[in-house]
Amino acid sequence: MASRGWLVARGAAIGLVVLLFALLAWSLVRDKGGDLAKRANRGDRPAAPDFTLDRLEGKGRLQLSSLHGKAVVLNVWASWCVPCKEEAPYLEEVWRANRARGVVVVGLDSKDFRADAQRFARRYDLTFPLVYDGPGNTLNGYGVTGFPETFVVDRGGRVVEAFAGAVNGEEERARLESAIATARGT
Amino acid sequence: VIRCCIALAVCALGLAGGASAGRPTAADLEAEFVCPVCETTLDQSNAPIAQNMKAFIRARIAAGDDESQIKNALVAEFGPGVVAKPPGGGFGLLAWLLPLVALAGGAVVVAVLIWTWSSRRPPASEPEEELEPRLERLVDDELARLDG
Repeated sequence: MASRGWLVARGAAIGLVVLLFALLAWSLVRDKGGDLAKRANRGDRPAAPDFTLDRLEGKGRLQLSSLHGKAVVLNVWASWCVPCKEEAPYLEEVWRANRARGVVVVGLDSKDFRADAQRFARRYDLTFPLVYDGPGNTLNGYGVTGFPETFVVDRGGRVVEAFAGAVNGEEERARLESAIATARGT
Repeated sequence: VIRCCIALAVCALGLAGGASAGRPTAADLEAEFVCPVCETTLDQSNAPIAQNMKAFIRARIAAGDDESQIKNALVAEFGPGVVAKPPGGGFGLLAWLLPLVALAGGAVVVAVLIWTWSSRRPPASEPEEELEPRLERLVDDELARLDG
């Protein structure tokens, strides 16, 4: 009788350990965004996770997949992020220079107060589409670990290049322009 | 006089209690919300967004908002994950129940172990084997010889 109780307790302990391992494995399998940037920069062209988010100004929503057929420069930013302030004018330039050529710049503001982000957009005169994801639910899918990060998505919705940090230096800007050309299929 | 003093003390305590319930302090609230970037409570974070959130809380307190209004405003911006305490219902209930279940499970395991160990009887002492008559006689003879 005593050994039966002992066996039950031991079985429960083993079951708990197995359950914890299963949860760990599940979380690792589920977290697919972690290596998206690495796969993109290796040339694998992983699919860009789709999202539908409110426009920052509150007028309607934007779904990423609705931009299929266009090259997309997806920039993840926040108003409190210092490198984002340095990068914003350049992204506006990219948008103005390429919008007529089938390129859309999309700014994804995250982990931020909406009002602060709206002030940021007005201050830097951003005219490209901006979406708001306060809780940051979209970030895991892209494996975003810091701000800013930029993803260049081709006409078929696949990521051709990823940039961790601001696209500020000449080298990064040349890389971005090359990635945009690749995404446009030229 | 004594009754008046007691009444005044009760009124003062009531007012103090009412004031703390209605007007939260920034320090209280900073321990109740999580910085969405660094995942620690605001009082332990100096991240830029945490500083913005602290300023927001102070401004809302100054504007006369109560705790639930401030909580709703922060949840509207950053989602339910901004609240440090898990919700008391739905999936969040698990966070409250699991430690209790683990504690109860541990108590059961300890009880089973104690019961198992205490119910083990010590092995009965084995009966002394009797010597064969021939050997017994030999031992007796030897002992007699030694005595003699």
